[in-house]
Amino acid sequence: MFNYIKLIVLGLVAVMAMIAANYGRDLAYQVNAITVALAAIITFIFVLRRTGEPEIPTDQTRYLDGVVRAGVIATAAWGVVGFLVGVIIAFQLAFPVLNFEWAEGYLNFGKLRPLHTSAVIFAFGGNALIATSLYVVQRTSAARLWGGNLAWFVFWGYQLVIVLAATGYLLGATQSKEYAEPEWYVDIWLTIVWVAYLAVFMGTLMKRREPHIYVANWFYLSFILTVALLHLFNNLSIPVSIYGSKSVQVFSGVQDAMTQWWYGHNAVGFFLTAGFLGMMYYFVPKQAERPVFSYKLSIIHFWALIFIYIWAGPHHLHYTALPDWASTLGMVFSIVLWMPSWGGMINGLMTLSGAWDKLRTDPIIRMMVISVGFYGMSTFEGPMMSIRAVNSLSHYTDWTIGHVHSGALGWNGMITFGALYFLVPKLWNRERLYSLSLVSWHFWLATIGIILYAASMWVTGIMEGLMWREVDANGFLVNSFADTVAAKFPMYVVRGTGGLMFLTGALIMCYNLWMTVRAAPRVESANNAVPAE
Amino acid sequence: MAKRPIKKEDVPTTGHSWDGIQEFDNPMPRWWLWTFYACIVWAIGYTIAYPAWPGISSATAGYLGFSTRGQVAEAIAEVETKLAPMNDKLASVELASIASDEELKSYAISSGAAVFKTWCAQCHGSGAAGAKGYPNLLDDDWLWGGDMEAIHYTITHGIRNTDSDEARATEMPAFGRDELLEKPQLEAVVNYVMSLSGTPQDAGKVEEGAVVFADNCASCHGDQGEGMRDLGAPKLSDAIWLFGGDYAALMETVTNSRAGVMPAWSRDFRPAQGLSEAQIRAVATYVHALGGGE
Repeated sequence: MFNYIKLIVLGLVAVMAMIAANYGRDLAYQVNAITVALAAIITFIFVLRRTGEPEIPTDQTRYLDGVVRAGVIATAAWGVVGFLVGVIIAFQLAFPVLNFEWAEGYLNFGKLRPLHTSAVIFAFGGNALIATSLYVVQRTSAARLWGGNLAWFVFWGYQLVIVLAATGYLLGATQSKEYAEPEWYVDIWLTIVWVAYLAVFMGTLMKRREPHIYVANWFYLSFILTVALLHLFNNLSIPVSIYGSKSVQVFSGVQDAMTQWWYGHNAVGFFLTAGFLGMMYYFVPKQAERPVFSYKLSIIHFWALIFIYIWAGPHHLHYTALPDWASTLGMVFSIVLWMPSWGGMINGLMTLSGAWDKLRTDPIIRMMVISVGFYGMSTFEGPMMSIRAVNSLSHYTDWTIGHVHSGALGWNGMITFGALYFLVPKLWNRERLYSLSLVSWHFWLATIGIILYAASMWVTGIMEGLMWREVDANGFLVNSFADTVAAKFPMYVVRGTGGLMFLTGALIMCYNLWMTVRAAPRVESANNAVPAE
Repeated sequence: MAKRPIKKEDVPTTGHSWDGIQEFDNPMPRWWLWTFYACIVWAIGYTIAYPAWPGISSATAGYLGFSTRGQVAEAIAEVETKLAPMNDKLASVELASIASDEELKSYAISSGAAVFKTWCAQCHGSGAAGAKGYPNLLDDDWLWGGDMEAIHYTITHGIRNTDSDEARATEMPAFGRDELLEKPQLEAVVNYVMSLSGTPQDAGKVEEGAVVFADNCASCHGDQGEGMRDLGAPKLSDAIWLFGGDYAALMETVTNSRAGVMPAWSRDFRPAQGLSEAQIRAVATYVHALGGGE
């Protein structure tokens, strides 16, 4: 019966999307509508083939791992795409001739840059978070995912968001809000998917067979809830036409800027920090085979982090139309945030105390350690850059780019790689990874790549900040903007090289994971939902 | 559970276990806790000293009376006060006499360089070498004149803009578009113009082109294509081209005409974005000194 309802809904969606494509007023909208129609038709056929077939009862004592496996594959694949686009745009900045004439309007820097950020944050990071959270919540709740196949809806729905957003960007559909570029219909779809995700996660927590909720799940839950809230408020807009991609923001001027950076900063705070701390809190103790260092610290730093992070956004708008009081509060909360952020680093690193010898033998632990190290560094650098006096030098320079990448490549990238190396043998029932020495290669390529990236951006950032304010004896500006751009060239090449190394490492990882599934010896499955005690 | 046994010296765990993960009951590191407290205390102090806490219709102004706008205004005022004597002098002396006062001249050049890099480099290039449609200011080829008076006037009023009624404004007819000349005549005159400084595309048409030129172009560009500064009519007998000197570019020019625009930079015409008299004189001195000044 439920299948018939699904078929009716899917059929309606397909027909409506085709009508929308027909009436569409711009190319991006038309292409997106056709994509939606295709997705609905494929799902329709998929459901139709199963309708009327005898139902195979699912074993409720086993974890639902298929969706996690799909998430792992998506994470690795989108990661490579995101890093590749990053390398391309890095070299476009160093060599503008790579903005090819024939691709103007589609593959030039302006179009590819949001594709890169969204691919890395939302496609790579988002899939990593969804996959690991669904894995972790099952293991630490000793319960199968709630909602039957709803988790599969979340997975495929999220991939559709990514495809719609990416094709939309290249064809010119954008709200022009950093990290919230997708237009109104993609926002609405993401909201539906996200609510389903929340339901799956919460439902699983509620039917858990452990007395307490593990700390990793607090972080994952805060990430899911807060991202929902941020997404809703920052995307309040009115479509110009139901048949067009363009929409108009509800807020304007400084209100819009403040909402945008409240969102933007907490995308970092709850997506890239809280969510990934959830990952860290499960995979680091598992890989180290040691208990978490301090339960007390985890409680205090969790609540401090989520309470304080949400106020720090205004530090993105120092010395703008934003009122001074808001700017001060943004800065003050950022600095108070320093220790709560470091609480996660301490718990991660100290969990390894007593297992330090593993650093020598286990490249995955090494990856996790360097990840937590970069986390600590970025969360010190962030509060420092939020100080008005520092910000007046660093703002609008490449220092910001360096900061973001030491966090994104170092912290988010490395912890995700560590988690993927942990997960693949478990999910595919393999005894071990195909090759630990390839993990070492990945580790060194990525680490040196990040260092080249971050160091070159610090140098250019501080250099251009100083050049912008350089004045002669009479107080007159010495450099034109173009002079500062020209001076950055060598560092741009170094940055691109660092990115290339990082991408190479990721490709080695994909090969290693692929070979693990194909060639590593099999073991008995251990994926039964059994409470730990 | 963990394969590595928990050592004797370890603190007890909380007794919970999830998928084999346990938690030690360690206290929070003291240094961490005290640094956290210190940050909070500092934060409270800072929000008392600086504008911070919002009320219904306004926010606390802060004990120190700081504001970012005030900070910027203060920094600008400081520089302006320091430079006021030189700026006043620069704005009031005879234009021609700036060059003879070494101190004033070097001040004007360094000030003018900063003005140029901020406001002019976007079109004329940071090295002032220009680009297609934007004149090179380094050479001695001037459309409207290259002495101090002329440069000063051009910067003050601009060219073909709606800012100033006295902007330099002349219009070349669109000979092709407005059907003032036939296609063969256009081709002929383009070849003639090319022959003035180089090789025509079709030498056979030069002679006919000379007649067309004399009838239609010479009144502004001069009998020999030497140009006329009063009208901003470029010299056509040299190899310097603003919009290109090949056949296609010249054909486009005589067909549709060209009309470069430059804003009026005086604050009299653009109060919000304009430059002060001292800044205009400074940048005029700078441009004059780049090499082509007359």
